Amino acid sequence: MSDEVLFFQEFSITGGDFSSAGSVSTEIKSILKEIGFHPSVIRRAAIACYEAEMNVTMYAERGVVRLSATPAAIRIQFEDEGQGIADIELAMQEGYSTATPEMREIGFGAGMGLPNIKKNSDEFEITSEVGRGTKLDIVIKA
Amino acid sequence: MNLGQVAEILKCDVLVGENIDGVEVGGVCAADLMSDVLAFTKPGSVLLTGLSNVQSVITTHVAEVVAVIYVRGKKPDAEALKLAEQKGIPLLASRLSMYEACGRLWQEGLGVGSDLGGE
Ligand SMILES: Nc1ncnc2c1ncn2[C@@H]1O[C@H](COP(=O)(O)OP(=O)(O)O)[C@@H](O)[C@H]1O
Ligand SMILES: [Mg+2]
Repeated sequence: MSDEVLFFQEFSITGGDFSSAGSVSTEIKSILKEIGFHPSVIRRAAIACYEAEMNVTMYAERGVVRLSATPAAIRIQFEDEGQGIADIELAMQEGYSTATPEMREIGFGAGMGLPNIKKNSDEFEITSEVGRGTKLDIVIKA
Repeated sequence: MNLGQVAEILKCDVLVGENIDGVEVGGVCAADLMSDVLAFTKPGSVLLTGLSNVQSVITTHVAEVVAVIYVRGKKPDAEALKLAEQKGIPLLASRLSMYEACGRLWQEGLGVGSDLGGE
């Protein structure tokens, strides 16, 4: 029964709202802890989730996050409405960033987010449409 | 080394946290860019930073860092303090520069708390 859904919840992110940026990831981390995943699994999921949440906050108008957990894996899907990414291969490169000075001031914009999300995920899929938005789907195995 | 000893070496004020002597510190990560902390820090390290907003505390929480030490006399803002209290994350403040703070801890034998350690 390892595909039995233990938990499902949807969260929303408001683009440009830096004051509450990170609150979804903080909440997701508590939920994963409560479910009882291994600390190293929770850490990987939380790190990936936080970088992805920051991306939606920094680069999109709004987004939804869907968390689903089974005994075997944690899946987190991000779907945003916003500018989208023209060249995903370029965006995936370490150090590539279009962040503004304001974003750097809050500690982000090093161009390390997407590569680090991928590093912490067992499955990673990103698709984007310029002018529409971006979808990111990650799985962290328990 | 425990966090109480670290606080003494860096002449820290303890802003949040009780019983810091009971907090074990595995190494040091020094950064103002939170993405770097998220990419390279080992769990159990202490974070030295000049970034005083709430993202410093969220990053610490997410990356399983044991405490934040603000350097150069920086003080965490109200939201950072509130979240740290909620999550039980010790926050300390030192007037030392990043360079001197790191130098002192290195001298006392505290190692690299990231995956970027040299050979
Ligand atoms: N959800 C998104 N919507 C639009 N653009 C994005 C999104 N996520 C990432 N990007 C683009 O990809 C680049 C690289 O992202 P990332 O690796 O997280 O680094 P950083 O956020 O530090 O710039 C960003 O600078 C931005 O141009
Ligand atoms: Mg990013």
